[in-house]
Amino acid sequence: MKVKSRLLFLSILLIILAALYLIWGLNPNNWNYALPRRMMKLISIFLVGSCIAFSTTVFQTITNNRILTPSVLGLDSLYMFIQTFVVFIFGSTLLIELGSHFNFIASVGLMVVFSILLFKFFFSKDKNTIFSLLLFGVILGTFFQSLTSFMQVLMDPNEFLVVQNRMFASFNNINEDILYMAILGAVATLIYILKYTRELDVISLGRDSAINLGVKYTSFVKRMFIVIAILVSVSTALVGPITFLGLIVVNINRQILNTYKHKYLIPGSMLIGSIMLIGGQLIAERIMHFKTPISVIINFIGGVYFIYLILKEGRLS
Amino acid sequence: MKRLILILVFLSILSIFIGVKDISFWDIFNLSQDQIQVLILSRIPRFISIVVAGAGLSICGLIMQRITQNRFVSPTTAGTMDSAKLGILISIIIFPGSSTLTKMTTSFIFALAGSFLFLGILRRIKYRNTVIIPLIGLMLGSVLDSITTFFAYRYDLIQNISAWLQGDFSMIIKGRYELLYISIPFVVLAFLYANKFTVAGMGKDFSVSLGLNYNQVVTIGLVIVALISSTVIITVGRIPFLGLIIPNLVSMYRGDNLKKSLLSTAILGAVFLLFCDILGRVIIYPYEVPIGLTVGVLGSFIFLFLLARRRSYEG
Repeated sequence: MKVKSRLLFLSILLIILAALYLIWGLNPNNWNYALPRRMMKLISIFLVGSCIAFSTTVFQTITNNRILTPSVLGLDSLYMFIQTFVVFIFGSTLLIELGSHFNFIASVGLMVVFSILLFKFFFSKDKNTIFSLLLFGVILGTFFQSLTSFMQVLMDPNEFLVVQNRMFASFNNINEDILYMAILGAVATLIYILKYTRELDVISLGRDSAINLGVKYTSFVKRMFIVIAILVSVSTALVGPITFLGLIVVNINRQILNTYKHKYLIPGSMLIGSIMLIGGQLIAERIMHFKTPISVIINFIGGVYFIYLILKEGRLS
Repeated sequence: MKRLILILVFLSILSIFIGVKDISFWDIFNLSQDQIQVLILSRIPRFISIVVAGAGLSICGLIMQRITQNRFVSPTTAGTMDSAKLGILISIIIFPGSSTLTKMTTSFIFALAGSFLFLGILRRIKYRNTVIIPLIGLMLGSVLDSITTFFAYRYDLIQNISAWLQGDFSMIIKGRYELLYISIPFVVLAFLYANKFTVAGMGKDFSVSLGLNYNQVVTIGLVIVALISSTVIITVGRIPFLGLIIPNLVSMYRGDNLKKSLLSTAILGAVFLLFCDILGRVIIYPYEVPIGLTVGVLGSFIFLFLLARRRSYEG
């Protein structure tokens, strides 16, 4: 089958890239030091790539809208707001004193509580549609964003550099303990959701057809939203705001696999997400020597590749 | 509708006569030389640019959302903002000492070039559908933005550029806002094409069967959006909400017929922006709060309230 062979190809590509990432530049003098660190980064890349790809796929299916990413819910704006707020009010030293542990747990906690409150408020009445939930999310996101950019403009340029480091996702200083916590949270959520791929296929037909075919729409969508919120919060707090990756990954994935079945779409998007992150990290680290954030590389290459795919499709047909 | 126009007139008068220099409404027939200067150099340009920006951006949002049949598309989705940003970066790097007007012109040229690149890509796609247009815009925007960030990161210009694009009316004086006039004919054009956009908003097949030249209407819509939003972004900066939320609110109350909703959208945009601007000028008088902040904070509360009220009507 075409889809399966493409998935196989993607997996092989991923393995090659991962091996390249581990081995490149390794020699007997440094492997004791470098290998464990590279393994750590690789694991966090898999984790973040999968979380983002996964949550965006599910999100687009639920909302039936191919240009949205979970960032519409305002979670990354909230994250940037928390970070900027702490630096702005207390100075960058506090972030260091509190340690990354506390920052991680507090950020994830705040984001998850925020989104659960949002969903609770929204799904308590039957009348509320997903449309108004998203509008609500956009409004709150803008609210946080305007406060954030206001504080950033007022900020001392040296303090701003601390915030700027958090504005761009980075895999370079991930704390080991935090990574384990994140893995635990993410894997549990992923396993929970994988049972529901068929329901997702049906949901992608739209609300009415889904209800007609016997899916408990409201409660299902609500559960999926909470899962998405957890995944996005974990990956954002781990490496920084990176949801735009999701948009590129999911759309490239849909172009390549050309299927509606989530049984294939989900693993496909996870593979592509990890491939793009490892590729981006390879370029950022080994070729650019950390002179540019990884999101810049991914957005550039991913964007160009997507436009190329669309143009190619037009020419063939 | 009538109420909206009344509010607009009231706020306009208020906007012109509020400020550090004391000018009262009743002095209008015997203004001193000083007062005339203030009015001509600062107050009136500011007022005009607020109205044009408010009305223009909300109209752009509405057109974009109709054409793409997607309520979450904003006028900056066409990559306009990112190309303007690239233009600002280039002008800062290449001619650092040049005047603001040169920088604005450079970035305007970039914004236009970006928009035509966007249209050019769209033209090459055979099966244009409503998903593809915003997707291509977003992707092109992300490519341009990554180029900008790449260089801005190296030259430590990120804070500088974000300050440029932070919406701000306090810098608007005579000689710095005239670029905005370019957008006025396109606002008029938008009104002339309102009916066609409504039809195009019903989908390609339907509109072709009604005898509409679908591709042409879509292209005209995109050109209007690109020109208006690039002039506004460059002269005023990024203003949240206007393009996304205002069209959605208006269409909740007035439906999707552009002929009916276009004027309300434009007026609501202008009223909202005028109100936020006046508030920003008064709160810490004689200083000012940036418009982006008042719009973002106040707008959130107003719109959340409207959304909640709207729901209780239905429920």
